[in-house]
Amino acid sequence: MERRFEREIEGLKTSLIKMASVVEDNVASAVQALLKEQKDLAEKVIAGDERVNELELENDNTIVDLLALQQPVASDLRFIIAAQKINNDLERIGDHAVNIAESAQTFAATHEQEPLLEIPKMCDIARGMLKDAIDSFINVDPVLAKRVLERDDEIDDLNRKTIRAVIELIRTDMKSLEVGLELTRVSRNLERIGDLTTNIAEEVIFQVQARVVKHHAEDRTDVHKIH
Amino acid sequence: MAMTEPQIRLRAENLNIHYGTKHAIKDVSLDIPSNQVTAFIGPSGCGKSTFLRALNRMNDLIETAQTTGKVLFDETNVYDPGVDVVELRKRIGMIFQKSNPFPKSIYENVAYGPRIQGEGDKRKLDEIVERSLQQAALWGEVKDDLDKSGLALSGGQQQRLCIARALAVEPEVILMDEPASALDPIATAKIEELIFELKERYTIAIVTHNMQQAARVSDRTAFFYLGELIEYDETKRMFTAPSKKQTEDYVTGRFG
Repeated sequence: MERRFEREIEGLKTSLIKMASVVEDNVASAVQALLKEQKDLAEKVIAGDERVNELELENDNTIVDLLALQQPVASDLRFIIAAQKINNDLERIGDHAVNIAESAQTFAATHEQEPLLEIPKMCDIARGMLKDAIDSFINVDPVLAKRVLERDDEIDDLNRKTIRAVIELIRTDMKSLEVGLELTRVSRNLERIGDLTTNIAEEVIFQVQARVVKHHAEDRTDVHKIH
Repeated sequence: MAMTEPQIRLRAENLNIHYGTKHAIKDVSLDIPSNQVTAFIGPSGCGKSTFLRALNRMNDLIETAQTTGKVLFDETNVYDPGVDVVELRKRIGMIFQKSNPFPKSIYENVAYGPRIQGEGDKRKLDEIVERSLQQAALWGEVKDDLDKSGLALSGGQQQRLCIARALAVEPEVILMDEPASALDPIATAKIEELIFELKERYTIAIVTHNMQQAARVSDRTAFFYLGELIEYDETKRMFTAPSKKQTEDYVTGRFG
């Protein structure tokens, strides 16, 4: 007899996958709106965030039900805890997509071709990391999740590079101040998307292998490990 | 979101029960909706089993029990003098804590009720036995051993046999008094899944001292304490944000 509880867990996973695909689309659209200066697409991303928020609330509700009513343990408990964090991470990635879309609108309004510095490269990496993090969750693949973790340094480096370049830009020409601030904002948002996809990947590893990999926890002696 | 109000199957109105001088149920009013599982929880002696047994007049069997107030079942007070108690208990069946199969074959255990109601057609009885065992999620395990004694089954199977026996007379409501408390966790999980499936066809009220079980299986939960109904709400609310402090203390284990 298949347990009702297992069906509910499966339902939560399906709902998170649905949310992940909406968020992935929003990030892709925000990036495209930015790189191609497409104002309409940016508006669509901003409006589309409401759906992400709705899904977050729905998932929150399901998670509270499962925790309060089903007393999950072992892999079920780890899945639900991971799901709760991934739900939160996805919602915040959605917010960063909105921020990027807002910057895209600002750029689109200037009729000038802004220098995008390292940002196109960062967009590629952030989208790739997000896709892999989501795939690792869907396919319960800790190996793919680990690869996501390894790429976070790349995007962090590019963020620092972008900020240095922006400083240089402003130093050379004070008229670039507004553009520079906007570029910094985009860069920061992409870097945060990288961080949050890293969190998702860490949760996948926790869920599957019961290993806490965030904050280098396994190298520490003072943290509570799950044995 | 507009939700259609569930139909009420049983309604207790100002129910009071005394055992001699002990006031066991104190002015309890409560509605049991159709096709849902309603759980009664509370510490030992809180009156939850007494209340359950009042719903099909099982307390009549206790000499000192005195009941006032009403239990409305299809708008008839089950305590009205004209009510046929045997017919009432056919429509509102009961499952007890200790499984109590008759010392007869599996087949005869299930066929017993319909037979004493006058069903003599062997083919009809075969159908009833199969259907009831199917609904009780026992058919697959016993279909080749219908002649075996009901007492030869495991504890969990015996309890499901008793459920099949109750279902054979086509009740509308099933009352369960601690139906899984004598079973191991796997047998308990089976009974819980079964309860969830049975609510599609039946209305179920269950007494359990296992709060987690109430959380898992029920749609609504009533918390009794010292004979009073303290709080009655959707199970989800009772276990996430109960409105009474006593309920909060009980479900969190901070009681006393």
